[in-house]
Amino acid sequence: MKAVCWMGTNKMSVENVPDPQILNRRDAIVRITSTCICGSDLHLYNGLIPTMEQGDIMGHEFMGEIVETGAGVDKEKLKVGDRVVVPFTIACGRCFFCEQKLWSCCDNSNPNYWIAEKMMGYSPSGLFGYTHMLGGYAGGQAQYARVPYADVGPLKLPEGIPDDKVVFLSDIFPTGYFGALNCDIKAGDTVAIWGCGPVAQFAIRSAFMLGAERVIAIDRFPYRLQMAQEGGAETINYEEVDDVVQTLKDMTANIGPDSCMDAVGMEAHDDGFMYKLDRAKQALKVESDRPIVLRQCIQACRKGGTVSVPGVYSGFADKIPMGAFMNKALTMKTGQTHMMRFMQPLLDRIQKDEIDPSFVISHRVPIDLAPEMYKTFRDKKDNCTKVVLDPWAN
Amino acid sequence: MNQTIQSRDYDSAPCASKTTERKVGPIIAGTSMALLGLSRRSKSGLALALAGGALAYFGSRRNASEDEVLAHGSVLLNCSPQEAYALYRNFEELPLIMQHLESVTKIGQGRYRWIALGPMGTSIRWDAEMVHDREGEFISWRSLPGSDVDIESAVRFQTAPGNRGTLLSAVTRMDPPAGKLKRIAAKLLNTFMIQQDLRRFKALIETGEIPTTEGQSHGPRSRMTAALRVADPTRPPKGDSEMSEVFNAKRRIA
Ligand SMILES: NC(=O)c1ccc[n+]([C@@H]2O[C@H](COP(=O)([O-])OP(=O)(O)OC[C@H]3O[C@@H](n4cnc5c(N)ncnc54)[C@H](O)[C@@H]3O)[C@@H](O)[C@H]2O)c1
Ligand SMILES: [Zn+2]
Ligand SMILES: [Zn+2]
Repeated sequence: MKAVCWMGTNKMSVENVPDPQILNRRDAIVRITSTCICGSDLHLYNGLIPTMEQGDIMGHEFMGEIVETGAGVDKEKLKVGDRVVVPFTIACGRCFFCEQKLWSCCDNSNPNYWIAEKMMGYSPSGLFGYTHMLGGYAGGQAQYARVPYADVGPLKLPEGIPDDKVVFLSDIFPTGYFGALNCDIKAGDTVAIWGCGPVAQFAIRSAFMLGAERVIAIDRFPYRLQMAQEGGAETINYEEVDDVVQTLKDMTANIGPDSCMDAVGMEAHDDGFMYKLDRAKQALKVESDRPIVLRQCIQACRKGGTVSVPGVYSGFADKIPMGAFMNKALTMKTGQTHMMRFMQPLLDRIQKDEIDPSFVISHRVPIDLAPEMYKTFRDKKDNCTKVVLDPWAN
Repeated sequence: MNQTIQSRDYDSAPCASKTTERKVGPIIAGTSMALLGLSRRSKSGLALALAGGALAYFGSRRNASEDEVLAHGSVLLNCSPQEAYALYRNFEELPLIMQHLESVTKIGQGRYRWIALGPMGTSIRWDAEMVHDREGEFISWRSLPGSDVDIESAVRFQTAPGNRGTLLSAVTRMDPPAGKLKRIAAKLLNTFMIQQDLRRFKALIETGEIPTTEGQSHGPRSRMTAALRVADPTRPPKGDSEMSEVFNAKRRIA
């Protein structure tokens, strides 16, 4: 089959690889019909998260049809022919964490848990196509994928609903929603969201669903800011203001947003001195993350407010303003999304026409063009917001 | 634990039959203090176990030598102590879970012959007799004279605080003879390895399988990666794929 493989930093290539096989009793094989490139993939593309190996198959946002199931898959829940969307977090469904619905913290799904334990104390769940530290599972930017614990994660889809509307249930729609939920929004709240990427776009819309009165979205790309406005947000182009934190003060009568969301993560961009310092440290591998946005979130948040961090961090970040965090009595909430909590409820919203997630798609291309699209998406060229790959088109 | 969360029907894993009432096992006095020490949450747990527990337990009968290896591990299992005990007590199946074990065979009168695989096709054999065997609570065995190594092991099953399943703690002590066997034995027993074995045990009892990516598809690997894989000292002598084949063929569970 065709698969997008990580061949080193800034090197993706489409390779012919063997079709996946059932390796465990609860596995299933999915024939993939749509698969996407995510902002999280860019951290791997840019070589910023350790434990990738040349030849690893990328991708964690995919959907398709079940073509094979292992002997241990509950046939009531999943069978050959079912059309499913697959969550990017791999969860066993039976450990303490899964029972608490902390799906992205599953205790059993990461065979390489001990690598993650060295860095983080304890290991989160395995993820598709996302480093050996997080399981080393082959990803879904391919024609087929093996899905472990197949009767736990994949969500069965109703007939007739097009891929474009449901494929983002694999990650970014639930992630945006979880980010908004983590803002602890109360009616009338103002939420500031850094980044206007696909995750943030869903976070903006979810924040309104959860009762926010104002959403202020921050980025520098006009086409992304415009999409945020279409979702009802006010926007700040951070390149056009002197100081984002001051601008937010001015916009909120000197109170500050009730919650601040970092939907950017470890590769934030900025023109300031700290950015250059962080970049240099990242290049020298003395700091793995550039927490520019996280710092701003903590500074900007109103007293007693909440900082929500859906943006991905991998290791260590410097100069986090702990004094502000502590003295302003802030709360921080974060995590890889506990996908299985949100997939069904959000599918319901899609079916009720409350939202059509396909609005984020800017590019639909055959899988062979994936290497170019990685570059376009990274550089935010050609008004690129979200790339959907067709594994079968030529 | 909120039982409604577990209302899903998971009948392929042994813990699916988890009973709603978990019996709090009586604290085993005396010899099992080692494991009690290990289960203490404090940082000094290990120290305690080593000072007053495991050594006291293991050391009371013989003089500990310098070469003695003491390794331990613990896991929280989402099942009852009885279920955990039942899977563990089935020694003959332990090689399916424990990477270095080649076979365990019953040789009668509560005795078992254990064979562990070392590097480069070497192996170590010992015959062991049961010392304690209390259902749902405690198992210990020790090697008999004439074995390749002097080794003993104890495993304790306790209801976890808050009724969150079973706390399994294991300690193994080995006093290898000098020479070649000593070098092999040293590669067969350490805390990292025990912990890995226990994680596989946990995965199996909770999910009915052991997670793996061995045998999955990938693009061309670099020579460097291949070389690193060979050089990786933590890489088990038996590949996971081989393991899961054995599992699929032989596993009696579910
Ligand atoms: N928690 C999860 O489970 C989860 C899931 C998916 C993605 N993510 C993470 O969410 C983040 C966003 O993902 P995406 O797909 O939207 O990525 P993206 O790259 O498309 O978007 C990031 C956006 O942030 C903007 N940005 C950069 N620096 C900024 C700054 N200083 N201030 C304001 N905006 C800034 C960029 O211009 C860009 O538009 C990534 O870190 C990704 O890894 C997390
Ligand atoms: Zn993603
Ligand atoms: Zn789990």
